[in-house]
Amino acid sequence: MRIELEKRPNVSKLFSILSPVIALVLTMIFGGVMFLLLGKNPVTALYSFFIEPLMEVWSLHELAIKAAPLILIGAGLSVCYRSNNWNIGAEGQFIMGAIAGSILPVVFHEWHSPLVLPLMLLLGMLGGALFAGLPAFLKAHLNTNEILTSLMLVYVAQLFLDWLVRGPWRNPGGLNFPETRTFDPVAILPEMIASGRTNWGFGFAILAAIVIWFMMRYTLKGFEITVLGQSERAGRFAGFSSRKMIWFSMLLSGALAGLAGISEVSGAIQQLRPVISPGYGFTAIIVAFLGRLNPLGIVLAGLVLALTYLGGEAAQLSLGVSDKVTRVFQGLLLFFVLSCDTLIHYKIKLVWSNLTGTATEGAH
Amino acid sequence: MKKILFALATTAAVLGFSAAASAQEKVKVCFVYVGSKTDGGWTQAHDIGRLELEKAFGDKIETQFLENVPEGPDAERAIERLARSGCGLIFTTSFGFMDATVKIAAKFPDVKFEHATGYKTAPNLATYNSRFYEGRYIQGQIAAKMSQKGVAGYIASFPIPEVVMGINSFVTGARTINPDFKIKVVWANTWFDPGKEADAAKALIDQGVDILTQHTDTTAPMQVAAERGIKAFGQASDMIKAGPKTQLTAIVDTWGAYYIKRTQAFIDGKWETTSSWDGLKDGILTMAPYTNMPDDVKAMAEATEAKIRSGELKPFTGPLKKQDGSEWLKAGESADDGTLLGMNFYVEGVDDKLPK
Amino acid sequence: MGIFEAILLTVITAATPLVLAAVGELVTERSGVLNLGVEGMMVMGAACAFVATQMTGSPYVGILAGIASGALFSLLFGFLTLTLVANQVATGLALTILGLGVSGMIGEAYVGQSGIKLSQIVFPVLSDIPFLGSLLFKQDLIFYLSIAVVAGVHFFLFRSRAGLKLRSVGDNHASAHALGINVIRMRYLAVMFGGACAGLAGAQLSLVYTPQWVENMSAGRGWIALALVVFASWRPWRVVAGGYLFGAVSISQLHAQAFGIGIPSQFLSALPYLATIFVLILISHNRRTTLINTPASLGKPFVPDR
Repeated sequence: MRIELEKRPNVSKLFSILSPVIALVLTMIFGGVMFLLLGKNPVTALYSFFIEPLMEVWSLHELAIKAAPLILIGAGLSVCYRSNNWNIGAEGQFIMGAIAGSILPVVFHEWHSPLVLPLMLLLGMLGGALFAGLPAFLKAHLNTNEILTSLMLVYVAQLFLDWLVRGPWRNPGGLNFPETRTFDPVAILPEMIASGRTNWGFGFAILAAIVIWFMMRYTLKGFEITVLGQSERAGRFAGFSSRKMIWFSMLLSGALAGLAGISEVSGAIQQLRPVISPGYGFTAIIVAFLGRLNPLGIVLAGLVLALTYLGGEAAQLSLGVSDKVTRVFQGLLLFFVLSCDTLIHYKIKLVWSNLTGTATEGAH
Repeated sequence: MKKILFALATTAAVLGFSAAASAQEKVKVCFVYVGSKTDGGWTQAHDIGRLELEKAFGDKIETQFLENVPEGPDAERAIERLARSGCGLIFTTSFGFMDATVKIAAKFPDVKFEHATGYKTAPNLATYNSRFYEGRYIQGQIAAKMSQKGVAGYIASFPIPEVVMGINSFVTGARTINPDFKIKVVWANTWFDPGKEADAAKALIDQGVDILTQHTDTTAPMQVAAERGIKAFGQASDMIKAGPKTQLTAIVDTWGAYYIKRTQAFIDGKWETTSSWDGLKDGILTMAPYTNMPDDVKAMAEATEAKIRSGELKPFTGPLKKQDGSEWLKAGESADDGTLLGMNFYVEGVDDKLPK
Repeated sequence: MGIFEAILLTVITAATPLVLAAVGELVTERSGVLNLGVEGMMVMGAACAFVATQMTGSPYVGILAGIASGALFSLLFGFLTLTLVANQVATGLALTILGLGVSGMIGEAYVGQSGIKLSQIVFPVLSDIPFLGSLLFKQDLIFYLSIAVVAGVHFFLFRSRAGLKLRSVGDNHASAHALGINVIRMRYLAVMFGGACAGLAGAQLSLVYTPQWVENMSAGRGWIALALVVFASWRPWRVVAGGYLFGAVSISQLHAQAFGIGIPSQFLSALPYLATIFVLILISHNRRTTLINTPASLGKPFVPDR
């Protein structure tokens, strides 16, 4: 048996809505079987994953907090990827943004002014953008592959943060433990809604997604990004500069990653510590693609991915499964969503012939 | 009148009985782990403690845990989830959970919290830690007896007071036996990366150390030592399986004793905020059997252990000098806990510059 | 044994998994497929190799299990990206998440067990050569395999007909298809080869480097391997050079510490990454040679017109 794809003449509207639903159903079936094999009640498991985290107000707030950095970074990355610039170092830009923004509350902590917070956010964006500017410069002017440089710089950023919080920025009143002083109230990103912990980081994420969506859809810049991304040659004929686009997309995604970093630090953690991100910069890459590089889709994808993290914890408690099981379940969901998106552009046909025994068969 | 008294008595009995019955309701004790419960190191030691707790109380309690919880907002969420799910007593077992625990403790005044290795307390938040350095002192003495070159290698994780304290205690112990004893330190900058720990072990051995000790969590350095035919000390758990002819002894984290003590206090309604820093005598750490060493060394180690247990010997007792030669403790003077908990300097004999 | 020799031995052990995983990924990328799931395949290989070794008592069975698990796991990626043309970057990342989870489940019962180390194969006479003898002729099977695989891949890519086809698939899948090459099959095989090599690299971790299993034991080496491919500008022998350079820098920073030089260890730890960037800038400065070696269709999906 063989699977063949046939390109649809037009993008299928039906399947762009239906495909996530199919993916969800498939995940539930396969995940349910997995839980059954592990001797757990599949209904309880699926309830814990998808429903329980949505049933309480505090949990919804946690969902927003977890999703905010993913959406903010993912939205910026979508511009990069649409224009064919492969920034995979958002994690590093997130960290550098957090560091740059924290200069005020850590080094100049005696300065109390309403200006502190806005300046922190600006510095955060600047820090992220500058750090993304390194691979941008190397790509635009020295032709160096940005996938590699941006990835390598992640490690550099992590170690730099580590050095800062263990050395010069260590909290003098903290018994020499590796963390900075906790931020003063003027440096803390306020909560957005009275009912819980959600801070303005989530607001920024939604705002950024909408602005980028608007830019991509209604402005010349959006057109330029799409054209250059599809074909550099065609872009040149239209008078667009791919070099400028490298700078634009990298700086934009870096700035948003930096904003995510400083929002996370100022809103949720409220100090710098050796590790401030459980891999948001990398997870956001998945979010960007799950959202089909569409900023509004990315909002949804970020929320769904955040839900699986929360659901994973709920399942650990209600079923007593290890967190590895929840990782596997998360992986299953990602695979089904990614593969079902094929239906949007293609018809899938099963061909019952054995003429070309391709390796495909092994995958069933 | 008699009747009324009788009625009152019965009512009281019934009431008393029902009160007893509600006390019989299961107490839920919960744990937040930074690693995987089968990491073979730090987190597994806590999980073994949890299992001992379950065994000790049987049906009276129920335990739950969340593993691989990242520090920061994720920890806050995990702790809050446990607090909301009916846990009465919650242990958060990583230093990085400190501020998250403080925040959630303030939000749930009726739940009791215990944070490992931190220093912030609240009316419903206690801290607990283990005097690992007591074990390191014994290790240092053994090392000085066993080493022919007078140099030990120390694989360190991160320059936090806990680790610095361990290095200093090791050297102090060693120097009571051999005043010229030295150690070389390599910072692996990880708690948990077998490959990197093995590399660090090889680097130290290639530079001529003939005893290895580690403050990282995997058995990789022990395996390397076994391969190269030198002796080594285990960390966090008994690593004898990784080096049957290599391990001299190991510092074994035995949190179970503490968990049982505190849970009992909680059930009895006697739980109070404390900052406990228990040592060998309280059973929060134990020394793995002294093996692969001559009898006289073993006798010495046992004698030292007994002295520490009885309180006769305090590892950090003067005269002690800092690395730069300046005086730290006068003869007979012992270091106070405050200094130890924030330790950020080396004592004499450490061949390394402390990362600042 | 001199200290220099000792350091080199450590470097070889540290570099072998990087070289293996990278050369596998190199073949995958030469066929035009970017699989970012190397870390996931590697950790799967480590878990399966260890479990198989513990069950059978033979590390050679472990090696086979590592290779097989890596190849099978990569099929999942192949099915999604080649048959269903899902996005390669996202699928690769998802493969890593899944790999870390599944390997954790597989190995859970084996944590804390001391493994069986793969024994050395000593070449008589040759191993007596001073210095080089112990470095090159007193190693384990996986080391020899790593060199053989690199040499084989080099020969395959640049000296064989099939290799030429593979490169043409990676450079321009449309014209390769027009020439009658089965693009999808070629890519499946390349992806599986990459998976097998990553699995073998994982086996090296749990059988040679540190004979034990702990969760997440690849600790980011898969990502380094990915970087090495680009660093090597898709040339097999440069992968070896890059891998050993990377290994050498990270090992010497440990030695520098043991010597007691007072530079913050974080800066020393950052050195290998900075060195990689630096060398990359040097080699990519020449736009022409980079373009020749870069597979032009890298990461682009292919659907044959019917």
